[in-house]
Amino acid sequence: MEFAHLDLYNQAIILFAAVALLTSFLMLAQTRMLPLIFTFAWQGFLLATVTVLVAIVSKHPDLYISAALTVTLKVIVIPWLLYRLSVRLNMQHNAEQISHPTLLLIGGVALVIFSYFVAKSIIHLSGLATRNIIAVSIAIELLGMLLMCVRKSAVAQVIGFMSMESGIFFAASVSTYGMPLIVELGVAFDILVASILFGVFFFHLRDSFGSLDVGQFNKLSEMNEADSPPPAVGLPAAGEHE
Amino acid sequence: MTLLEATLLTPLLGGLLLALIGHKPIAGWINVGIGMLTFAASLAMALDVFAHGPHLSPSRMFYIDAFNVYLVVLTAFVGMTTSIFSGPYMRHEVMRGRVTAKRLRLYHSMYQCFLFSMLLALSTNNLGVLWVAMELATLTTVLLVSLYRTPEAIEAAWKYFILCGVGIAQALFGTVLIYFAAEAKLGAGRDDTLLWTVLHDAAAANLDPAVITLAFVFLLVGYGTKVGLVPLHNWLPDAHSEGPTPMSAVLSGLLLNVALYALVRVKMLVDASLHTNLAGYLMMGFGLLSFTVAGLFLHRQHDVKRMFSYSSIEHMGLITFGFGLGGPLATYGALLHMTVHSLTKSAIFVTVGHACQLAGTQRIDQIRGLIRTQPAIGWGLLLGVVSIAGFPPFGVFISEFLLLMATMKAWPWLTIPLLIGFGVAFAGLFRHVQRMVFGEPPPGQKPVEANMLPVVVHLILVLWLGLTIPTFLSRWFEQATLLISGASML
Repeated sequence: MEFAHLDLYNQAIILFAAVALLTSFLMLAQTRMLPLIFTFAWQGFLLATVTVLVAIVSKHPDLYISAALTVTLKVIVIPWLLYRLSVRLNMQHNAEQISHPTLLLIGGVALVIFSYFVAKSIIHLSGLATRNIIAVSIAIELLGMLLMCVRKSAVAQVIGFMSMESGIFFAASVSTYGMPLIVELGVAFDILVASILFGVFFFHLRDSFGSLDVGQFNKLSEMNEADSPPPAVGLPAAGEHE
Repeated sequence: MTLLEATLLTPLLGGLLLALIGHKPIAGWINVGIGMLTFAASLAMALDVFAHGPHLSPSRMFYIDAFNVYLVVLTAFVGMTTSIFSGPYMRHEVMRGRVTAKRLRLYHSMYQCFLFSMLLALSTNNLGVLWVAMELATLTTVLLVSLYRTPEAIEAAWKYFILCGVGIAQALFGTVLIYFAAEAKLGAGRDDTLLWTVLHDAAAANLDPAVITLAFVFLLVGYGTKVGLVPLHNWLPDAHSEGPTPMSAVLSGLLLNVALYALVRVKMLVDASLHTNLAGYLMMGFGLLSFTVAGLFLHRQHDVKRMFSYSSIEHMGLITFGFGLGGPLATYGALLHMTVHSLTKSAIFVTVGHACQLAGTQRIDQIRGLIRTQPAIGWGLLLGVVSIAGFPPFGVFISEFLLLMATMKAWPWLTIPLLIGFGVAFAGLFRHVQRMVFGEPPPGQKPVEANMLPVVVHLILVLWLGLTIPTFLSRWFEQATLLISGASML
């Protein structure tokens, strides 16, 4: 399938999907909090744009609802919520360390290649001109997961989680012309509740740990629990056993 | 209003009601009342299904057959008995100052919403709604795990939220793939393509095997996370040990079952369209791994609730293995094991909850002499553990025996790891429990207000199932076995 032989709509679909994939990489490498949130909003916007374009090409008006849901949740509500929370928690200028940025990005590339490999076995079924999109949506999902794995900040983990969800929602809306309405609404509702709960948790985390760095979680691991006596004053820290 | 609607709406409306008045002293009793109403409605529905066969609601949104009807009844039943336990337990926690009245409102409301989400997951006919309900079950319980607001509880809840969230997202992708495959066969633009009944008919017409295989892998990882299969089990011991004990009882006794139910439903589709045993092999592998690893982990536990949550992983592993094995005998055993495990494990958690309040700690080495301080709790724990370890004449023995027989027939050499696993788990449980029950009680240990009714009822039921399986129950299991494995036991 030659890119230049496609009509303009399809070229635009592939272009925007590719840019959405690029934003996933931007998020992987972005260490500062606010740009991370804005990049996430941009990704939502791009995915919604592709959904609208697919709706026009394939004449499936149902997809407009999916696009509207994506815009509402991923471009407006969740970024706004995260922005407000990071301002309230006074961490909008925080930046976190990424230990091996180059390695991380190469890992991301490997995931994209893997997604194309996975998608290869199923795209023969797709009647759409936009077969690349399935691979792109799998890649966005996996990159979101990678983001969650490597980041220690709770906000970045939430963004990774939501980005994963965007990828899946995107796959659902463009590879199948939209899931049944009740399912889409249900999923959107769950995501909305989840984002509010995440907000609640930010405050709990700050109250209990003094920061949103989940990397310092160490209370509940098999290693610690086995060796450390019940908390006692004046003893060497339990960490010495490890 | 049909009985099904009553079963679903009672906990939902109850949850809303308790959101308003859940902090009042009477809320514990209202919680019990709602549980009883739900159970009564589910029982009536079950009798109806028993008399008239599978029931598809007019809108085709809900489907009740032999497989899910008994799980609905079980869920409503354990939900009810646990609410009986939760009343005095939460009163004690308020007295100790671990929770405030405001959080009690959250607790009661979410308890009912959680039951609603599980009943919805069990009774829905739509795979998409099934996913939504499973996610809802996570969302309703995550704030309950962190109810005590200790750093440990917050950490556990965050882990639970993130790991289950990521896991269940994979299941959503798997659901999308199934929809994708079905749409390619059934044609686009239909809004019933995700209905299980439609899919199951279509599966016979061969959905695309490549897509279905991929979908099953995603669904196995997704729902498997919620079942607590090793190596996706990390959230489970934390969430079970840090939340309030009634939550541990329903999480262990019910939520794991519901997640496994989702997995088996999907497996039925996959089997019908693949004509290979791929799904079964994957489930056997994951199941056996969970069974073995969790059995070993039992030995190095220092927190009593953590220990029993590893025991849950072990048993869920065994059940997953049983369903993976396929065939009527193994399926029958797995169904029975689901029932007896959920009854026994929730009884154990109820007892453990009282034992922890008695000793003022969850650390195994500080819980001693239960049987002398308060014989009811001591005996309850001892009998519960005897039952869960698979001693005759309790029902767990029968189901484990059936599973062993099935393994011996189909995969003789796999009986060896199974038998070793039973031994390891038995030793792991008893090396801790024996001292907790019989040891010398620390000075000044006093009995607490305890309601052992749920434990007694559950253990009697398990004992009954071990001695004889009532006709109506065995007929259900028969029909469910026929549905899942495609062959009858007899």
